[in-house]
Amino acid sequence: MAKLVKTEEEVMLGDMARGFLDEAAPVSHLRKLRDAGETEDKGLWAEMAQMGWAGILVPEEQGGSDMGHAAAGILAGEMGKTLVTSPFLSTAVIAATALRQVADDRAGAALQAIAAGDRTYALAIDESHKFNPDKVELSAEKVGNGFLLNGSKTFVVDGGNADRLLVLADAEEGLTLFDLPSDRTGITRTHTAMIDSRDSARIDFSDVEATGEDVLGSVGYAANILTPALRAGQAALAAEATGLAAGAFGMTVEYLKERKQFGMPIGAFQALQHRAAHLWCETEVTASAILHAGRKLDEDPASAGLAVSLAKSRATQTAKLAVIEGVQMHGGIGMTDAFDMGFYMKRARVAAEWLGDYGYHAEQVARARGF
Amino acid sequence: MQEIFDPEAFRSALRAWLEENCPEEMRDNAQSETSICWGGKRWTFESDAQKTWLERCAAEGLTVPTWPRAYGGAGLDRAREKVFHEEMARINARSPLQSFGIWMLGPALLHFGTEEQKLHYLPPIARGEVRWCQGYSEPGAGSDLASLQTKCEDKGDHWLVNGQKIWTSYADQADWIFVLVRTDREAPKHKGISFILLDMESEGVTTRPIQLISGKSPFCETFFDDVKVPKEQVVGDVNRGWDVAKYLLTHERQMISAGAGGLAGGGRALGAVLSEDNGGELDTVLRAEAMQAEVDALAIGLTLERYKDQAEAGQGAGDASAMLKYMGTELNKQRYELLMSSGGSDALEWDGPTGGRPSDWLRTKANSIEGGTSEVMLGIVSKRVLGLPG
Ligand SMILES: Cc1cc2nc3c(=O)[nH]c(=O)nc-3n(C[C@H](O)[C@H](O)[C@H](O)COP(=O)(O)OP(=O)(O)OC[C@H]3O[C@@H](n4cnc5c(N)ncnc54)[C@H](O)[C@@H]3O)c2cc1C
Repeated sequence: MAKLVKTEEEVMLGDMARGFLDEAAPVSHLRKLRDAGETEDKGLWAEMAQMGWAGILVPEEQGGSDMGHAAAGILAGEMGKTLVTSPFLSTAVIAATALRQVADDRAGAALQAIAAGDRTYALAIDESHKFNPDKVELSAEKVGNGFLLNGSKTFVVDGGNADRLLVLADAEEGLTLFDLPSDRTGITRTHTAMIDSRDSARIDFSDVEATGEDVLGSVGYAANILTPALRAGQAALAAEATGLAAGAFGMTVEYLKERKQFGMPIGAFQALQHRAAHLWCETEVTASAILHAGRKLDEDPASAGLAVSLAKSRATQTAKLAVIEGVQMHGGIGMTDAFDMGFYMKRARVAAEWLGDYGYHAEQVARARGF
Repeated sequence: MQEIFDPEAFRSALRAWLEENCPEEMRDNAQSETSICWGGKRWTFESDAQKTWLERCAAEGLTVPTWPRAYGGAGLDRAREKVFHEEMARINARSPLQSFGIWMLGPALLHFGTEEQKLHYLPPIARGEVRWCQGYSEPGAGSDLASLQTKCEDKGDHWLVNGQKIWTSYADQADWIFVLVRTDREAPKHKGISFILLDMESEGVTTRPIQLISGKSPFCETFFDDVKVPKEQVVGDVNRGWDVAKYLLTHERQMISAGAGGLAGGGRALGAVLSEDNGGELDTVLRAEAMQAEVDALAIGLTLERYKDQAEAGQGAGDASAMLKYMGTELNKQRYELLMSSGGSDALEWDGPTGGRPSDWLRTKANSIEGGTSEVMLGIVSKRVLGLPG
């Protein structure tokens, strides 16, 4: 396997991303959106697409930059550091990976639209409060040559704004993935006000008509497309959460050096030093799992499940610790809305839950390791 | 074996060599105290096979595969070193030799030693002929190692050493000892220390074993009374021994964390062992704890890999080895807590159905003390990595 060191190109990509995001999307950008009651910035996404980010997993024939999953993880990590709001994960990672599994013209055109920044997607999979992709009740009943979809989805991240939806449905032949425009008749989207101020929706499907054209891949074989797409999303989300942890940790270490009590910087107190050092150790260990998951997805995707679940479970735990310590070590100011740490804490909680929480992924690790 | 640079060509040659040369009895991956040879004049081979295995590996430089060939190694780079470990693991081969000479003194000599010292001291380590022990800690100098007081005076044609070391692992089994001594009592504490090599058979050296809570007594008090040491047995510059000492410690820490992390990657999952203990059933709390330990073990194993890859790319681990040591040893302690819990009353008998488990459990408690305590590791991270004040 390629080495667990970032290549020169990967380092450059990260530096370039950091430079851009510090200007275009620092945490204050998220705050501005939230204060304005908005959950997207189309201009920002257009710029990202220009830089090749929207097409990071799209083949060059379709106008993508095709840099692979490790590179996608690096971008996600940089976005996590300043809590960037964008459809990157849903569209550029999850939908692009799903569409790549299908070799037809329609999928090709969709990939092209993604890379150009012209089309956004959301994955509609959850039906209850916990991630469980095996348990789907939304039904796709066969009617004539097509289907009628009935049921509802919840926690559809980016689902309020997305142009299209990837919908997991139960058809007679088994689980089937549909690729539908989100304004198709019978689809009702309800924005949910999320703690992290990002886009998420509850979506109801009432006699929604779909044709064979709308099926991604084959009827009854959703897993062939969904499994790689979920893994790609989980790995990138883990990278984002790790970036988030690094962002929160960076603020905390700065504060330890700057805030004075008892006539000295609070970072001189060993009780805080050791906790900060422990947290750094956790972030270093998690960083290895993140890079490894990206490499596995690039080189041996069929057996990347363990690597991905390892990354997601570690990242979830590390981000949680980083934000808990982040608030605690800032004292009262850490609890104020005017200060950014709260944004990190809320995003960490959402990232923990999305696409499978710690328990879900630790369970996958245990099974893969034989117990 | 001829020197082969291409990793895959090396793999096939090595595989054939192992097939031919690794005795059947050495293919059981045994890990106990006596199953892997520690070398030295006092070593009693457990079997003829153990002896043959050592000799054959030593002849090919495979006891210290990454050391240069001139000093008894095989000169392997990281890619071939990986292949070496993979091929050894593939046939469950025992390591032919382990020692403080390989883990600690060797790297320090390779970095700080003169050419003469390297040629003199390294090959006997590689062949398992000389066993070394480590004389760092003193009764008054543990975590605050630099406050050590063992006196070393310049007597013109020799050094004269007086003082006491403690917690010297295997001092009673070792042929030689590397010792930190004070050569300048006036200088600030880090600036008056030298790193010397000393023959345990020198007149005036005595050792007294200390028993551990795990029932074993592998470490000793070591006393030096007017011990004469030849002038050339100083490594690095006189009074600059702290540099050597620290460099050696980073290797010691990596070794300790590799021992702990190594349990992770290739080996069986802890959860699988626990489940076997209990007839395939694991209670929910234990299983959840085993999951967490497994997640951490795999990630720490990857971190060891990552740091090795970084080192090869020219990015040294430096102070981050404190991180590996801290994370690896704390995890190892937790793993043994779970093993004890899973073993129940079986694991309460010294030589019961779980074999040496209780003794191993107790021994792991030293992992976060030896080579620098967890608290000291966190101190290193907070000051040197994070730049926190004080
Ligand atoms: C099994 C075993 C084998 C060993 N083998 C060797 C060997 O071969 N050669 C050798 O030279 N030594 C050896 N040692 C010694 C080992 O390196 C020391 O025990 C260790 O460095 C700690 O020193 P100490 O025992 O004096 O404890 P102390 O330094 O007295 O520490 C006591 C407690 O105080 C804490 N503490 C100390 N300073 C600080 C601080 N600044 N901040 C916060 N907490 C602090 C420590 O973390 C620890 O919890 C061995 C030890 C063990 C247990």
